[in-house]
Amino acid sequence: MNILAELKYTESHEWVKRNADGTVTVGITDHAQDLLGDMVFVENPAPGRQLAAGEACGVVESVKAASDVYAPLAGEVVAINIELETAPEAINQDAFAAWMFTMKPTNSADLDALLDAEAYRKLVESEQH
Amino acid sequence: MLKQTILNSLHRAAGAKMVDFGGWDMPLHYGSQIEEHHHVRHDAGMFDVSHMRVVDLSGDGVQDWLRHLLANDVARLNVTGRALYSCMLNPQGGVIDDLIVYWVGEGRYRMVVNAGTTDKDLAWMREQANGRAIEICPREDLAMIAIQGPLAREKVWSALPGARAVSETLKPFHATWMGEWFIARTGYTGEDGFEIMLPTDKAGGFWQALVAAGVAPCGLGARDTLRLEAGMNLYGQDMDETTTPLETGLGWTVWLRDDRSFIGRAGLTEPTRKQVGLVLLDKGVMRSHSAVQTTQGVGEVTSGSFSPTLNRSIGLARVPAAVTVGDVVQIAVRDKLLNAKVVDYPFVRNGQPLVNV
Repeated sequence: MNILAELKYTESHEWVKRNADGTVTVGITDHAQDLLGDMVFVENPAPGRQLAAGEACGVVESVKAASDVYAPLAGEVVAINIELETAPEAINQDAFAAWMFTMKPTNSADLDALLDAEAYRKLVESEQH
Repeated sequence: MLKQTILNSLHRAAGAKMVDFGGWDMPLHYGSQIEEHHHVRHDAGMFDVSHMRVVDLSGDGVQDWLRHLLANDVARLNVTGRALYSCMLNPQGGVIDDLIVYWVGEGRYRMVVNAGTTDKDLAWMREQANGRAIEICPREDLAMIAIQGPLAREKVWSALPGARAVSETLKPFHATWMGEWFIARTGYTGEDGFEIMLPTDKAGGFWQALVAAGVAPCGLGARDTLRLEAGMNLYGQDMDETTTPLETGLGWTVWLRDDRSFIGRAGLTEPTRKQVGLVLLDKGVMRSHSAVQTTQGVGEVTSGSFSPTLNRSIGLARVPAAVTVGDVVQIAVRDKLLNAKVVDYPFVRNGQPLVNV
């Protein structure tokens, strides 16, 4: 299981990266893609949409199952990765490179409340037992 | 404690993701089920199907007994080694199991039944054989490997010395012996290939020889999408004891052309429901149990998944009998209603798509 030390994480298995311009980039974790298997569809929120923290805002669908993607924090969707519409398998190949969307947080301090890599690792391990 | 096939340690060593499949610890995939799917359509892949049970049947009167037990007629097996697909019905016409039966010689048949139904199948068969001189022998000493794909037979011949000589002229749906090994030109993918039943102590070596010959190990994930594209039913999902073969697209397996008496015949009334193929027109994936809304009434998706060959979602559904091919119906998928077209199936055969949308 691959967990990058420099990222933040949610209990619903999104990763969140802080960008220099104040936005954050969101994707699903390597653990999440491993559980879901081969991806066949990705649905992203529309740019400009205002999201509440924890709001279901996207879908990743594999051969096996569909799974909601949740906003890690409150804010506005700035950009989406349209390449995932034609190449959803990019998430399987490298979940941390295949970002889904970026958002501008309403309150950037919210990011600090998310899980760090160590806490996320413990969460995943606890779910496996 | 999950049951394991003799090949379990090889699957784990190959990095397979394992799942509980009806009480068996089986490989779901070895990395990518979509790649495994394409490998079977274009090259050769193999499946450990040792969880399925081989049952040997013998005795005087075994043919008459099977003609009564099964909805298809084993008297149609006129060549040694020939295979027949059949349902085994309860008295109401419900499907206890679907199976393949091979005629292997005078007074001898070999049957292959589903893993999850083995115990009830054996109990039912023993009950029906009560008072007759029929021997029912489940072969837990055999493993089974299915090698499927356009290059499957060629790769088996290169991996297994002597196999070409005995199986090169074997026709589809026929089987032959090579010593204790039983080589059948059958499968569950819509591709050419073999299903080989062999002593368990030979299975690991044969599996590794097949890997060396370029046959890709494939898991249950690819097996499911391949059989769905091929329009083949899955027991417990597309049919069970509450459905008759006539409602589940298996009317062609019920032999009604004479007055043969077989268990369940009386329950086979004119069905009000039928099985159809569906191709999703919208983005998304149909799943089993999704509701199907038609102008003729409501139906249900019995098998739904993503078709790697067609690159869209396909499914089998049980719908009111008046629904016809070409109808557009609505499928409840999560919180949406998606459009799907009713089509004839199979969807794919021998690597070629058969539906246009």
